[in-house]
Amino acid sequence: MLKKRLVLMSVAIAFFSSIAVPAFAAPTEISWWHAMRGARGEVVQQIVDGFNSSQSDFKVIATYKGAYDEVVNAGVAAVRARKQPHILQAFEVGTQTMMLSGAIYPVHELMKDNGFDVDWSGYLQPVLSYYMNAEGNLMSMPFNSSTPVMYYNVDLFKKAGLAPLSKETPVTWDELGEITKKLVDSGVPGGLVTAWQSWTQVENYSAIHNIPFASLSNGYEGLDVELMINNPKVVNHIARLKEWMADKRFYYGGQKYQGPKSEFIAQNAGLYIDSISGIAKLKSAVKDFNWDVAPLPVESWMKEPQNSIIGGASLWVFQGLPKKDYKGVAAFLSYLANTKSQVLWHKETGYFPITLKAYDQLKQEGYYAESPYQEVGIKQLTRRNPTKISRGLRLGYFVQIRNIINEELELVWNDSKTPQQAMDAAVERSNVKLREFERIYK
Amino acid sequence: MLRKRSYFKSKTLPYLLILPQVLVTLTFFYWPAAQGLVSSFQISDPFGLRTQFVWFDNFIALFRDPLYLKSVGITLLFSGSVAALSICSGLFLATMANRILKFKSLTRTLLIWPYAVAPAISGVLWLFLLHPSYGVVSISLKNWFGLDWNPLLDSNDAMLMIVLASSWKQISYNFVFFVAGLQAIPNSLIEAAAMDGASPFRRFWAIVFPLLAPTMFFVTVMNIIFSFFETFGVIHTVTQGGPGGSTNILVYKVYQDGFIGLNLGSSAAQSIVLMGLIILITTLQFKYVERKIHYTG
Repeated sequence: MLKKRLVLMSVAIAFFSSIAVPAFAAPTEISWWHAMRGARGEVVQQIVDGFNSSQSDFKVIATYKGAYDEVVNAGVAAVRARKQPHILQAFEVGTQTMMLSGAIYPVHELMKDNGFDVDWSGYLQPVLSYYMNAEGNLMSMPFNSSTPVMYYNVDLFKKAGLAPLSKETPVTWDELGEITKKLVDSGVPGGLVTAWQSWTQVENYSAIHNIPFASLSNGYEGLDVELMINNPKVVNHIARLKEWMADKRFYYGGQKYQGPKSEFIAQNAGLYIDSISGIAKLKSAVKDFNWDVAPLPVESWMKEPQNSIIGGASLWVFQGLPKKDYKGVAAFLSYLANTKSQVLWHKETGYFPITLKAYDQLKQEGYYAESPYQEVGIKQLTRRNPTKISRGLRLGYFVQIRNIINEELELVWNDSKTPQQAMDAAVERSNVKLREFERIYK
Repeated sequence: MLRKRSYFKSKTLPYLLILPQVLVTLTFFYWPAAQGLVSSFQISDPFGLRTQFVWFDNFIALFRDPLYLKSVGITLLFSGSVAALSICSGLFLATMANRILKFKSLTRTLLIWPYAVAPAISGVLWLFLLHPSYGVVSISLKNWFGLDWNPLLDSNDAMLMIVLASSWKQISYNFVFFVAGLQAIPNSLIEAAAMDGASPFRRFWAIVFPLLAPTMFFVTVMNIIFSFFETFGVIHTVTQGGPGGSTNILVYKVYQDGFIGLNLGSSAAQSIVLMGLIILITTLQFKYVERKIHYTG
């Protein structure tokens, strides 16, 4: 009887002490929903653990919520249920939707309100400018940013008598025409394939050559924006690619990246345009040939090519949570931007460091001397200060617009339409979507 | 004829017994359907903070959109192919399985197993066979026959692949019903026809097929509904609506526009149209086809 009493008492004491103690010392939890799975998820967790152990007021809990669109959907559902997380990673095509949502806390205000005096000029401007509003204030924190580059098969180049490409000076598109011809003549099944054709051949082509993709500074300045991709320069570029299809100097490998990547790995194509995230994929998948990285080709009439634009995702902060939590959110965003985190993130994933300090440190460490191909993307991104039309795109229903551009391009590749007809149709159909979007926010 | 009926002493007990099911149906079917109906008449931002009532604008926009009309065409083609393939194969297999003497049970069990596979898994399995880069069958096709099989790029190849992946498991479903239907046909009829000199082929078309009509009808309705809705898993794992939207069946487009494109009004309107289409097809089938079916007894 006494033993039973003792046992019951000790259980009660243990129970009550276990619920009492955390109430006194619990750090405030900050929730972060992201789309980084696998190896990138592990690096995310490493950074989060670093922040959590560096202080005891806040604890960040990072949760993998699925692919980019699934994470955004989770965020949407959470806002509707008033259970939103503190931080959401949203892909770059969702920028306009997030910015106009009325549910977010702009990052520049968040940092200022919580006493963090950020020197935004110490950041890589081309990376920040995609996520700024028209006045130049930062709305979301860039997190994983990439840009397209051109990969090429060094062995096949040698066989065709071609010198390796410069990592600094981009080849011209005319030169690329000759290079691909030599490759095909030397027995390679095809010359160039490209992933994400809308992003690389229309959006980035326009940015690099300072051609407007859409009116009103690519949509930054208003919702009554219209697409302008049916201009002569872009149409000519598409027409040239179509012309190259005749002798396989260029061929179409599919809408996303899987098809073109397999073609490059199988050595069916000597050149392959894709995001810098392809570096990690090629490193693990290519066993039997040497490859290297070069900047994207530029037109010969463009003497001073602009920067390329970024892809990837950024971190958005939702409003409506307890005021004291935001101190922790600001502290975490500041931690993410510190040099140590940025250097780790870049080394492990290849995504750009967002601060000049981190970039300098990597240079000093000799990281780029060891792996020069890692710097091609950064150099291309920062070679010139962005203009109003090379800083990025700000369009509603951008996912649908990219699909439209993809479909119209496919109609060019399979001989159903001329490039002019396709780009005209793409502009017309996209403008319908843009007007639908505008109507919601009027 | 005596009809089976359960008699309850209490008047309210039957209502209480069906209440759980009614609640589930109301919560998980009628409520979302009503919400979808309301959403289809509105345009809204994804976060629900800006909603406007727009009458039929979403529906009008749908029928003006060439992509949507293309999706309708694709769905009809896809449905027709899946239904035709699964019904014919199921019927053929059932008839043959009926005639074998050895291992009858084992054969039937093995033929029924694929039904247990979820559509998404079925898609992935067929991807392992037919993927242009690593599919076993694709590689053989390329090496032995020189065929340029590429469902990632060619829309016809992609359509063929999803038709195969979807029909495969549905064949088992039809097989089960046809086997049961075949059992219900009195042997005496078949024997009498055989004695009169009818070939197996003639016996099938003149006797078995007409008597299978109720089963055929049921199976056709179920197959069409299956191919409209339950093939979402196949599309999502195999082609994601590609290449270039050529396998974007209506139910997948609802998901794409709503969850990826975040255009909730259009997506809701599409669901309503889809619901209407299925109601129409089912009603037509019941009205016109059922008349021709002779039910026994």
